[in-house]
Amino acid sequence: MDTSRSYLEPSSFSKKLAATIIIVYTVITLIPISWMVMTSFKNVNSAISYPPEVLFEPSLEGYVNLFTNRSRQSQEYLDSLPAPETWYEELVRSREMVITGPSKFLGRYSNSMIIGFGSTFASVFLGALAAYAFSRFRVPLKDDLLFFILSTRMFPPIAVAVPIFIMYRKLGLGDTHLGMIILYTVVNLSLAVWLLKGFMDEIPKEYEEAAMIDGYSRLQAFFKVVLPQAMTGIAATAIFCMIFSWNEYAFAVLLTQFNAQTAPPFIPTIIGEGGLDWPAIGAGTTLFLLPVMIFTIILRKHLLRGITFGAVRK
Amino acid sequence: MSKIKIVNLQKSFGDFTAVKNSNLTINDKEFFVLLGPSGCGKTTTLRMIAGLELPTSGEIYLGDEEVGMLRASERDIAFVFQLFALYPHMNVKNNLSFPLKMQGYSRSEIKTRVEEAAKLLRIDHILNSNISSLSGGDRQRVALGRALVRRPKAFLMDEPLGTLDAEFRELMCLELKKLHIDIGATTVYVTHDQLEAMSLADRIAVMDGGEILQADEPSVIYNKPATKFVASFIGSPGMNFISIDQGISNEQSTLNIEGTNFNIPKQYEISKGKKNSFGIRPENLSLTNEGGLKGSVFGVEYLGSRKIVTVKTNFGEIKVKTDISTSVKINENVQVKPSNDNIIIFDGETDKSLKSEFMN
Repeated sequence: MDTSRSYLEPSSFSKKLAATIIIVYTVITLIPISWMVMTSFKNVNSAISYPPEVLFEPSLEGYVNLFTNRSRQSQEYLDSLPAPETWYEELVRSREMVITGPSKFLGRYSNSMIIGFGSTFASVFLGALAAYAFSRFRVPLKDDLLFFILSTRMFPPIAVAVPIFIMYRKLGLGDTHLGMIILYTVVNLSLAVWLLKGFMDEIPKEYEEAAMIDGYSRLQAFFKVVLPQAMTGIAATAIFCMIFSWNEYAFAVLLTQFNAQTAPPFIPTIIGEGGLDWPAIGAGTTLFLLPVMIFTIILRKHLLRGITFGAVRK
Repeated sequence: MSKIKIVNLQKSFGDFTAVKNSNLTINDKEFFVLLGPSGCGKTTTLRMIAGLELPTSGEIYLGDEEVGMLRASERDIAFVFQLFALYPHMNVKNNLSFPLKMQGYSRSEIKTRVEEAAKLLRIDHILNSNISSLSGGDRQRVALGRALVRRPKAFLMDEPLGTLDAEFRELMCLELKKLHIDIGATTVYVTHDQLEAMSLADRIAVMDGGEILQADEPSVIYNKPATKFVASFIGSPGMNFISIDQGISNEQSTLNIEGTNFNIPKQYEISKGKKNSFGIRPENLSLTNEGGLKGSVFGVEYLGSRKIVTVKTNFGEIKVKTDISTSVKINENVQVKPSNDNIIIFDGETDKSLKSEFMN
């Protein structure tokens, strides 16, 4: 018998088994994502060819189509134009089209950014203040309030779509950035309060007491001493909130059309000639994936520490 | 530096009264220790002086100012926590300058003050270290440094040596005492460790059940305890008590226990009832063959220079501190006799010590 390792350490067989399962699972989840990225670099024909092409000549047509509006022109008209000045004009001309202007994608994308980061900031900020209050002060009916906050998560948010739709129309919040930020913040806040309360409970109250003795007010102590120590929890909470508000589709479809429409309801509506422009949609979703991916990679160390935090007493 | 005075201070948490109607005066530049078992209200008292708890009723004076209802940040005191509460996201230098930044000192002034404090506490070589890399003793010094950079009106310390190991605690005790002599700051120090209290304090207040039982110099607390609790809490081991079923009359100077007459200091107070107790410290007792209380040896502890012999008598276990040369065996029949008249009679009804020639 191998006695060189501790009983607590898994055997090499179970380690290998775990690794195999993780690799298989990763491959399965990566297939649609890699297919999406591949599609974004195909041209319209190879994107829908059958059997599907795994090896293909990469093209930036999808990205060009994503960012531009184009119209088909006769060969004589195209010949009469001066030579194209940029590589993307040339690409469009070769398809017998001219660029008529930028598409709405950039606007929708920045709407997503504003609403996503805005509501994430608001959820984390308000959540941290509420969590601190619940953690430190004698709040009347504390347990009931916490349960009440959690109970907003017990139904799918879309279940209240109709009342929210009517409310937003009466309040003039429909199709506004503020409206969407408020909506996503409300949905995320319960999660933020509960997650952050756990972290605040773990921070000994002596730290802010020390800061108050050192001459700081409670609010100053909160910002200078408590928040920096809750960074792990804040990062983890921010990722969860960001992922939700960035990906949210149903409310975005329902409540936004022009002004504040986010990328998720916009991307599937990108239509080319004779149907959906799959490379452009692929390009849109690929670009849409990036911010959350980068955000999560930056904060991933905190995320891992965050979800296991407090599980073991130090 | 200032004197601290608390008047009729009371603190209740719901039905529970943590501090009962307490009065204390802590003199300027005094090292004052609040001593008592856990739950006696000593930490609550300290936290009220600091402003971390607000009193239910009563007044607290810092210097001439009544501060009972002021916020902690408005009181100009420094507090050293049991777990130090050093800010883990700042290095040593930033921890030390944190209280000064709030008070709007110039950068150069902050630098001078931090370096001065660091030099005094011999932590100037670790100013740029992270808190997590420090040893317990260095953390303790940084916590003290953060307290003294501000030159506050008073230092409050809540069992600051509680988490250090025994050897280090002794060293830090000496350093604290020296530091106190050097800077002469009014200090209120909370501990449950009577040895720590004895070695540090100018004066000690012994607390139990939310009440201050006695506040005086260590030698007075030890030799002339005001109540039975103080007598048993102070000293290692504590005072021995022998229950006596007889009243004490004025000018009485002998006491008959189990047919033997013992000399006691001349009493100046009459006991309220007939159930009293006779208290004597282990070092004032000796083992003898006749003329004492009969018993048998129950246990022997060696303390290096002394020996503690526990004798089982009809009045319970009595501990005797004897010379190391005394040789006794377990279960051996011995007798116990006072070797001098350092004897205190405690009134059975009030638990207070009775006035006598010795307890004047």
